[in-house]
Amino acid sequence: MLSTADDTQVKVWFRAARAADFPENGGACVRYKDAQIAVFNFSRRSEWYACQNLCPHKMQMVLSRGIIGSTEGEPKVACPFHKRTFSLRTGACMNSADEGIVTFPVKVEDGYVLIGFAQ
Amino acid sequence: MTRIIIVGNGMVGYKLCEKLKKHQVSAHIIVYGEEPRPAYDRVHLSSYFNGKTEEDLQMAPISWYKEQGVELHLGELVTQIDREHRTIITHTGRTDNYDYLVLATGSSAFVPQVKGVERDGVFVYRTIDDLNQIINFGKTVSRAAVIGGGLLGLEAAKALQDLGLQTHVVEFAPRLMPRQLDETGASVLQQKLESLGLSVHLKKSTREIAGNGVVGGLDFEDGTFLDVEMVVISAGIRPRDELAKRSGLETHPRGGVIVDDLMKTNDAHIYAVGEVAVHRNFIYGLVAPGYEMAEVVAHQLANKELRTFTGFDMSTKLKLLGVDVGSFGDALGETPGAVPIIFQDRHNGTYKRINISSDGKRLLGGILVGDASQYGAFHQMALNQLALPPKPESLIIGTGDKNNATDGVKALPDTAMICACENVSKGDIANAVREKGASSVDHIKKFTKACTGCGGCTSMVNDIVKYTLESLGHKVKKSLCEHFDYSRQELYDIISIKGIRTYDDLLEACGKGDGCEICKPAVASLMASIWNETILSQATIQDTNDRFLANIQRGGTYSVVPRIAGGEITPAKLIAIGRIAQKYDLYTKITGGQRIDMFGARVEQLPEIWEELISEGFESGHAYGKALRTVKSCVGSTWCRYGVQDSVSFAIYIEERYKGLRAPHKLKGAVSGCIRECAEAQSKDFGVIATEKGWNLYVCGNGGSRPQHAKLLVSDVDTDTCVKLIDRFLMFYIKTADPLTRTATWLNKMEGGMEYLRDVIVNDSLGMAESLEQDMVELLKHYECEWKKVVEDPSLRAQFRHFINDDEQDPTISFVGMREQKSPPDWNKK
Repeated sequence: MLSTADDTQVKVWFRAARAADFPENGGACVRYKDAQIAVFNFSRRSEWYACQNLCPHKMQMVLSRGIIGSTEGEPKVACPFHKRTFSLRTGACMNSADEGIVTFPVKVEDGYVLIGFAQ
Repeated sequence: MTRIIIVGNGMVGYKLCEKLKKHQVSAHIIVYGEEPRPAYDRVHLSSYFNGKTEEDLQMAPISWYKEQGVELHLGELVTQIDREHRTIITHTGRTDNYDYLVLATGSSAFVPQVKGVERDGVFVYRTIDDLNQIINFGKTVSRAAVIGGGLLGLEAAKALQDLGLQTHVVEFAPRLMPRQLDETGASVLQQKLESLGLSVHLKKSTREIAGNGVVGGLDFEDGTFLDVEMVVISAGIRPRDELAKRSGLETHPRGGVIVDDLMKTNDAHIYAVGEVAVHRNFIYGLVAPGYEMAEVVAHQLANKELRTFTGFDMSTKLKLLGVDVGSFGDALGETPGAVPIIFQDRHNGTYKRINISSDGKRLLGGILVGDASQYGAFHQMALNQLALPPKPESLIIGTGDKNNATDGVKALPDTAMICACENVSKGDIANAVREKGASSVDHIKKFTKACTGCGGCTSMVNDIVKYTLESLGHKVKKSLCEHFDYSRQELYDIISIKGIRTYDDLLEACGKGDGCEICKPAVASLMASIWNETILSQATIQDTNDRFLANIQRGGTYSVVPRIAGGEITPAKLIAIGRIAQKYDLYTKITGGQRIDMFGARVEQLPEIWEELISEGFESGHAYGKALRTVKSCVGSTWCRYGVQDSVSFAIYIEERYKGLRAPHKLKGAVSGCIRECAEAQSKDFGVIATEKGWNLYVCGNGGSRPQHAKLLVSDVDTDTCVKLIDRFLMFYIKTADPLTRTATWLNKMEGGMEYLRDVIVNDSLGMAESLEQDMVELLKHYECEWKKVVEDPSLRAQFRHFINDDEQDPTISFVGMREQKSPPDWNKK
């Protein structure tokens, strides 16, 4: 079980999809109510991350299609449009002064990926 | 504590503060500046017109003065100096006392006494306030003139052109830049400027600035008239010596405060520096001598060993409207016995003149117009009195050889002054490399401040850094990113020699960390170029376009481009594209590469659309990949009355041959059927033009933001030879180029340039032609249509969906209508 963001506020653990359905070292988009969540299977680090799917730069629903990687150990995702990169841990934008993104706690239980929401 | 008052906060006044701090002068420093803003870079004022802000131009922010404990009063003009009591009074009535006072009041624009100078629309070009007024007024008019064709006047003219005004330059002398250039040099410059849209009027003396309240034109003494609505005067500078005069300091009859070699005025407690100072009857209107004067004063106030100002070299190099101009040493050859050597190329608009001493041993000075790349080397040669080669003319004839520049750097003594603005020698730069680990111009800027003044020394500094690194045995390394300490070319060899097939294996073998958005697509491209396996076997290291085999567009939908080789398509296929586009409601547009792009497909629609396209006989066009895009053609000898070869057939053959070939960047080709070049082959990575005898092959052309014509590799070859040479050329590019480098840039960076490339490709100087050809044949064997593979493989098809836990489409996608088709909403309207 791995959790990557503050999960003390979590009221709902949403069962999103089977872990095996996610590509290795890549992401997919999860629908939760009306929200879109980008979920990343960072298999090289045996870690999972989740964040908003919307890139705040040009308001595009694409972060789940971004390439993931790291800068000096900090895990990140790069938006496919203009390569803004965001920390997958804190959500902070790493290569410009732009606003950051929201991240969510993730865990894997019984082969399923669960994302934690406050409501 | 000693009190030092600096009157004036311009570039030199600021530099004096910096130097006093650097030399740890223990005194309280008080600065009075007349302008409301802290010192800014006046040398690069014209950059204000193309986007630089006030803040960008600042020498240092206000906070710097605070941190340094410098008391800064802005918007406050010193009106009196009471030398007897060593006090000053400002226009607000403030009094202050000093132990030492430095006049750094600079100069103002000289405005000649011409009738009409008071009219609205007449400006000077000196301060940021002047610029703001010029910009505001410039919006209301369309024609403007600059009075003064010197250095500053031409800078001002550039600014006016940047404002979109039809611009005239009016000069009293018979040539432009009369102080720096001789007649021929000035006329070469003039021709260049005129070809850029500037009008130049020489030998014109303005009688009156005509008009009724506002500027209505210029009346000249010779009776002619110039119809303009705005005038910028740039006829020289006038030292701001009014305060000095009022205080009884000794001034020059033509203006300026007289100083000695220690920058002292006739009052031992008052110095003058910069453009207000007259040293040995000379006013220095450049920043570098001003900085040297500040250094001289700082040395005295710091009680360091005495430094004197003994005159200064007035060499300059600048870019005027994109035209290089350099003038150094004795530019006009006024030294007795000086012998000029002149080279002029009317075709390229370049002019080079060097003046050598009567004994032929030393370079005295010279002029460079159109190409000033040798300025640094020549200037140093003159300053350091280096020995001239036995045939001095070889310096300016048959140049363009890069090695000359580094040789020049090598020959310089360590004391050679490279950055005159900041007083940085060759030895200082080499030391920064040797002792502080500097390895780039940016590092040198940080450690030595070189290049931060006028910037004219940047290319010299770069050469010295390179040369020093090389002399230390460093290989100047181009690593891909923090995860791979190798260049693309090295990774190419590692992958192919070790037979590595996946990104993860490569990272294990020779990388570190987790990878990133730079190395992952670069390695994906390498593996595609080496193994040509389906790229979707490693989908998550691909850029999004390669991951979904389509081009992502605004709004998050994709566009689809089937291959239409050579731009030839049957009516039936045209109808098929129309039918499919209509069915999926796609926006259609003809591309620049003679094919049809269909926009607005949602990710989950892509496999269905391609299934239909494939059943109609289409295949992937690789518009999404760093791969061969199109080979454009004109109609050639089959139909065209001028055509001499069948360009369409050849274009189709080439496009079919290289389709799917992945490279460091996208590749475009073209074939033209005759010399009229309707396929624009010379703007492509490889272009073929038909001749009576066969084909001419051009390589390394580029359209895009920095267009570059392709260069002729070989002429009049037959079809088989032409294909062989393209094989070799493309394979050599694929093996050796940096990531995301088009062929044009690759060639520009290649040592030896086109000569070297031709040697490798045509003359086989490296003995690798055969293996290049074989590698290409091997690679092309593995071609398969990526979309066919996806359409036929349910597990690959399943990757084309928006949600992993819902079959719905992305509900946020929307379209608006435009000219009877759809388009995405404007993403700037949030």
